[in-house]
Amino acid sequence: MASTATLRKPASGFRISRKMLPYVLSLPALLVCIGILIPFFTAVIYSFQRYRLSQPWARQFNWGENYLNFVTDPAFWNTLKVSLLYAGITVTLELLLGLGIALLLQRRSTINNFISIMLLLPLMIAPALAALMWKLMTNPSFGILSYLASLIGLHDFRWASSPDTALLTVVLVDIWVYTPFIMILLLAGLRSLPTQPFEAAALDGVPRSFVFFRITLPMLTPYILTATLFRLLDSIQQFDIIYAMTQGGPGNTLTVFQVEAYLNFFQSTNVGRSAALLIILWAITYTLSNVFIKNWLRLRERARGEA
Amino acid sequence: METMSPVERVLRAVALTLVVVFFMFPIFWIFLMSFQTNETILAIPPSIVFSPTLSNYAALITGKLQTAAGTLDIAFMRNLGNSIFLSVASVAVALVLGVPAAYAFARHKFKGSEDIAFTLLSFRFAPPLLVLLPLTQYFQWLGLSNTYFGLIWVYQLICLPLILWIVRGYFEDISADVEYAYRIAGHSWFATFRKIALPLAGPGIAAAGLLAFIFAWNNFVFALVLASADKQPVTVGALAFVTSSGIQYGQIASAIVLSVTPTLALALYAQRYLVEGLSLGAVKG
Repeated sequence: MASTATLRKPASGFRISRKMLPYVLSLPALLVCIGILIPFFTAVIYSFQRYRLSQPWARQFNWGENYLNFVTDPAFWNTLKVSLLYAGITVTLELLLGLGIALLLQRRSTINNFISIMLLLPLMIAPALAALMWKLMTNPSFGILSYLASLIGLHDFRWASSPDTALLTVVLVDIWVYTPFIMILLLAGLRSLPTQPFEAAALDGVPRSFVFFRITLPMLTPYILTATLFRLLDSIQQFDIIYAMTQGGPGNTLTVFQVEAYLNFFQSTNVGRSAALLIILWAITYTLSNVFIKNWLRLRERARGEA
Repeated sequence: METMSPVERVLRAVALTLVVVFFMFPIFWIFLMSFQTNETILAIPPSIVFSPTLSNYAALITGKLQTAAGTLDIAFMRNLGNSIFLSVASVAVALVLGVPAAYAFARHKFKGSEDIAFTLLSFRFAPPLLVLLPLTQYFQWLGLSNTYFGLIWVYQLICLPLILWIVRGYFEDISADVEYAYRIAGHSWFATFRKIALPLAGPGIAAAGLLAFIFAWNNFVFALVLASADKQPVTVGALAFVTSSGIQYGQIASAIVLSVTPTLALALYAQRYLVEGLSLGAVKG
């Protein structure tokens, strides 16, 4: 960078001063995004207002009332509980499954490479469409999964349409779509590890469990953290799969943050409550993403250094 | 690598088979369903032996669906067209805006550059509805509701950070010395950017563009909130399709197959770049 500053010989062409150039180059991208920041601030204002689309005349600031009401609102606690439960279960299971699959595919061979490419396909399907695929497969009258459930004695297993199994069903779809994400990141991590420690351990006849827990896992930690935080941030905001599958139902079984906010806005037209919910979700993701970005920057530097 | 015992070999093979079945079966099953009539779909037990029909695809392409209640007009081809147009246009706009910005971030550490780059990155992690719900009102006010222009603008929320962060990484990997040499020979920065930097980062730009296309195509919530039926892409269109009554199941399946084929094909083509793209350059593939 220092050498850029010392080079002062733009012989011809555009005469934009060197100091201004980077701003000029990034300005258009910024302008487009500023348009996005304005609604963000609007949402903050909404969250401090009593504002219903059905009663626009009654719109006024009520300051923290929307937030205070949450304390005694069982629907809010249900939203928080379901969101955390959903994020916790999906990320944990996807991490274990993704790590397992990455370990199975670690050795480079034609068949392993082929399988790892095949496993990417679910990740490339729109989550909303993936939910529809599973909806067809769990349909009570012709769904193949309902049929398979009946074979093992689970007659009338209602998947997403029963409050008892709705969470399980959407979690299953999430696992189907996003496990490949964790798998592909961890596989890249595993294959980039230096081979010497493993060769040394093999020569010394170190037990494989020891190698896994004391060598593989610690060296893989940065990758595991990246994958986990990426997934956590997406999962706590999950909308597509749940909305396409059940629209938050049955009842309020699956009203996670974004689904609840969507329904509040468009069905009960309670803009104030909807905005307050989203601000709380934003606060959670902002905190998580700050942790994440710090970690991630370090990893990115390392990846760049090794590349 | 250590040698494996025969037992372990078998266990690994079984585990991998289960994994492949779990992840591939839904795609396989929906693909089969798209060639079936309602009679074979509803047959118990389900069978993979049936005489395939193209009638589901034909009905989608002509837009006339035969249901129990008569003929239903469904413009699924219009949804498909919207998906193609919205994704291509969004990626084109994101490339035009994002590549110069990525170059600026990679080559010049200017005041506030990291802050700006992170602000852009934070869009990737913010709840989309937080911006979308107030935006519905602004769009009404600006006359952008249900316009391609408005949608393409909002799609920059996903396309722009992706392009910016991936392409920035590729620019950083190019040795700055090559550019200095060219500039010392008397060329302007623009000529340097066009003749040296762009071609060298070319593969990265192409990969970022493909990924941005996949993400734009797969987006659901933007169009759900901001578009009416005539502007909706396949992700939203297919949902409306499922909820309308009397639709043949095979037609839903064939609509899904048509909707996912483009992204699956692109993903197979660009799989080399997926690791870097999905982790925004945090993990090298």
